[in-house]
Amino acid sequence: MKAAPNNAPAIEFDHVTFRLNGRPLLEDLVLSVNHGETLVLLGRSGSGKTTTLKLINRLLLPTSGEVRVNGIRTADWDPIRLRRGIGYVIQDGGLFPHFTVERNIALVPRIENWPPARVEARVRELLATVGLSEELASRYPGQLSGGQRQRVGVARALAADPPILILDEPFGALDPITRSEMQKEFRTLQQRMRKAVIFVTHDLREALLLADRIALMEQGRLIVDLPVAEFSRSEDLLVRAYIEAFSTPPA
Amino acid sequence: MNFLQFMMANRQQVLELSLEHITLAGVATLLAALVGIPLGILITRVPRLSKAVLGGANVIQTIPSLALFGFLLPAPWIGERGSRLAILALALYALMPLIRNTYAGIQGVDPAVVEAGRAMGLTDGQLLFQVELPLASGVIVAGVRIAAVLSIGLATIAAAIGAGGLGEFIFRGLAMVNNQVILAGAIPAALLALLADFGLGRLERRLGRRAGLQQSRG
Repeated sequence: MKAAPNNAPAIEFDHVTFRLNGRPLLEDLVLSVNHGETLVLLGRSGSGKTTTLKLINRLLLPTSGEVRVNGIRTADWDPIRLRRGIGYVIQDGGLFPHFTVERNIALVPRIENWPPARVEARVRELLATVGLSEELASRYPGQLSGGQRQRVGVARALAADPPILILDEPFGALDPITRSEMQKEFRTLQQRMRKAVIFVTHDLREALLLADRIALMEQGRLIVDLPVAEFSRSEDLLVRAYIEAFSTPPA
Repeated sequence: MNFLQFMMANRQQVLELSLEHITLAGVATLLAALVGIPLGILITRVPRLSKAVLGGANVIQTIPSLALFGFLLPAPWIGERGSRLAILALALYALMPLIRNTYAGIQGVDPAVVEAGRAMGLTDGQLLFQVELPLASGVIVAGVRIAAVLSIGLATIAAAIGAGGLGEFIFRGLAMVNNQVILAGAIPAALLALLADFGLGRLERRLGRRAGLQQSRG
């Protein structure tokens, strides 16, 4: 991925609106993420979080405004080059069911024509990074548990060491214990990697654990964008509603 | 003389006609696959063509087979030899299942998997050959199976235009009012169809299982 000119943020949304068949899914979004920073997009279903992510790797193009990655408009990027520089993790991994774990993880390095020995070493390194045993390398995704699949999904996204990582509710389908494990491991991993990360979730606890900054979205609009320490003190009504929803003890 | 005695006495001819039959149906299925599978892929890429292509293949299927043989008879080169004509006609019939199954197979691939591939930076070609076609292969092979069984069955009628194959026995038996002779054509043809159905069915299940691994989780 090209170097950022004049220290531009990794990702910038400059008054971005996205409409689908005239229906606004995202309105006038202004947001930026620096290298080494983790931004959590928090919001309920339909708030525009996933749309925001898809605008970054150019699965979508803005109706108006600009999305810039490393200072370059996504519309000006070669989409293939852009995407190979952005790791993408989705719920349940989105793994190729007909590829073994090894082939899934090695996907981007292989299409980038890395020498086989380097690919092999990288896969081994990544299995260790995400806490999977090497025996799993020859398994198919259907033979793994949900947590293992999610780890493979993270390993696949990290494979070519992209400077940007975007994650769409990656741990949403996991049981609470596995989810909590993965969250902690991911935090440790990010402290080491220092990538630009956008992490989408509707889980406030997950947001507080992982974020440097939290951006709260509702109906396609950004409500607040605050450092994590200030978020819980915010007087915003929607923020309060969120905090209340998560602090109510289960009946 | 009973059926088995007739088969034994004429085993040389039964074998020859069976081989002719296999060639007719086999070449026709292959031709249809070479045209039908790319057409099926094309209409997943250019959806506005899908109605015309599927509709066209459907219309061909509605033409009675004898009439189609008749229509093609005046065609140059093709019409000169019964076998060429028969292969072309059979291939036309076999197009429909191949186009439809290729199309349905690719459309049926989990959109989340395709989108993940796109987001990882796969090119259109890589997406097609590494993700969509492998995952659709079970359904596409099912199309080949249907096409092959259809061709083997229809190929018996090709004898009416002198294309050979096991239909020879059937037409001869009809002319002679001799059930033995009819069965000598019909039974091997049925066996061939069952064999093709079984063989390709096994391949289909193997490929289908591979594509379905993701769904088989507990």
